[in-house]
Amino acid sequence: MASALLEVRDLCKAFGALRATDHVELEVHEGETHAVIGPNGAGKTTLISQLAGNLRPDAGRVLFSGEDVTPLPAPARSRKGFARSFQITSIYREFTALDNVALAVQAHAGHSFRFWRAAREERSLREPARAVLEEVGLGARADVPAASLAHGEQRQLEVAMALATRPRLLLLDEPVAGMGVEESQRMVQFLATLKGRATMILVEHDMDAVFTLADRISVLVYGRIIACGAPAEIRANSEVRAAYLGEES
Amino acid sequence: MRFSAQLLALVVLLALLAAVPPLAELLKQPFYLELFRRIMIFAIAALSLNLILGYGGMISFGHAVYLGVGAYAVGVLAHYGITNGWLQWALAIGASAVVAAAIGAVSIRTSGIYFIMITLAFSQMLYYLGISIEEFGGDDGMRLPKKSQFPGLIDLDNPVAFYYLVLAILIAFLYLGHRLVNSRFGMVIRAAKANEPRTRAIGFSPYPYRLAAFVIAGAMGGLAGALLVNQTVFLTPEFMNWTRSGELMFMVILGGVATTAGPVLGAAVLLLLEDLLAGWTQHWQLILGPLLVLSVLFFRRGLAGIFSRDHG
Repeated sequence: MASALLEVRDLCKAFGALRATDHVELEVHEGETHAVIGPNGAGKTTLISQLAGNLRPDAGRVLFSGEDVTPLPAPARSRKGFARSFQITSIYREFTALDNVALAVQAHAGHSFRFWRAAREERSLREPARAVLEEVGLGARADVPAASLAHGEQRQLEVAMALATRPRLLLLDEPVAGMGVEESQRMVQFLATLKGRATMILVEHDMDAVFTLADRISVLVYGRIIACGAPAEIRANSEVRAAYLGEES
Repeated sequence: MRFSAQLLALVVLLALLAAVPPLAELLKQPFYLELFRRIMIFAIAALSLNLILGYGGMISFGHAVYLGVGAYAVGVLAHYGITNGWLQWALAIGASAVVAAAIGAVSIRTSGIYFIMITLAFSQMLYYLGISIEEFGGDDGMRLPKKSQFPGLIDLDNPVAFYYLVLAILIAFLYLGHRLVNSRFGMVIRAAKANEPRTRAIGFSPYPYRLAAFVIAGAMGGLAGALLVNQTVFLTPEFMNWTRSGELMFMVILGGVATTAGPVLGAAVLLLLEDLLAGWTQHWQLILGPLLVLSVLFFRRGLAGIFSRDHG
């Protein structure tokens, strides 16, 4: 039995009267791809933000490799091995694609109180960054300002930045949102190549992507996990169908 | 392209500055020597502000405080008979760094309008402190009894020697600044300005880097203050008045934020215009104000942006 890399225990977060995260329990195993699905407003991004350390929960704990990381802010969690992509693309628009990824490499290459050498000439930053760009399929676009990349390419760049930090856990918030069919298929194919190598939590509306990629699925409705299981179980779960999948078919 | 055009503009500008002393001599106009030395001193201060404002996104509305601290460090030591320039300037830089560390430690925890207001509040506190100390002239200020002494090295009473010293420091700081903003350290503060949530998500805690940038900028500003008091041979709390901080901000914005040459251009244009208009009418600020507004409207990326059209 695989050990849990991430354990979420009794996590709660309310915004006023709205319970965005309501006693959430979640276990993600090493190497697993775990999808979190749910209707709009179910609290998926709120959950991801608490896992990444951008948002403090009101109660409950987040354990990573058995260690309680609940009080750690985002930068510290990144150094522990968390990496996230944002639902709304978050990149350095005025820097080139390569600069973007090189910054992510730099963040995990010791302290940055280095004042003299030009960072853009440091091979120890540029080469790993270039390799990651090649891996996600942006190798040819390395020197293009990120703002000039197509939407799909920007999403790829965000994943590249997450990968460049050599994460143990990838938190992907709707990685194919807003992509065309072809782009989205390419992204799903790419994420499939990561399966097994990286542990992933995938928040996604695109059911094709979810059922292609996920080993297990948790269904979040009004801040509560109403079901958790293998894709086939989730498909067959009547409560889930009523709450969510039913809306689509 | 963009880099080379800007570099060329900068080299031309520095060559022009280097030509000022012989020209002033030729034209029998020693006044221009004073004027351009003053411009360069303010360019150094604006340069230091550009590090945090332009590259770091920290809109400090109290940067003149370091001019004041640097000037007082020199003035106070001279007041007690210590005229050794090394000691005076070291104190100017050190004291400014300490003050910047204190102001930065508090203000960098905030952002946006709060950051602007807190830096302004701190600078006004020090301004009023300067006014209240009778020993050093209170709001009348006091004369600098003797310029900073660098025996055997340079005589600041020689206007041309002093001029070239200021030019050398300006060039050194331009180069240092260029290295700094392109180093790993510089990339972090620029990244934190461009997108803070992303910067935190990839694992940087921006605070210590921002604080370090703030202290470096303060120390550079302190040296500008030490130069300024040797230029004016007089010091007053007005050096750290908020209007002076506003002028420094304006030099940076007019010249072009986050550009190498911008602060120098901004300082030159602002102070030359001020001088030109003040010679023409008493109400020169009435003309300068609208000119500045127009320049911000039409040169969005500052004067240095003229040399880098390619990014529109």
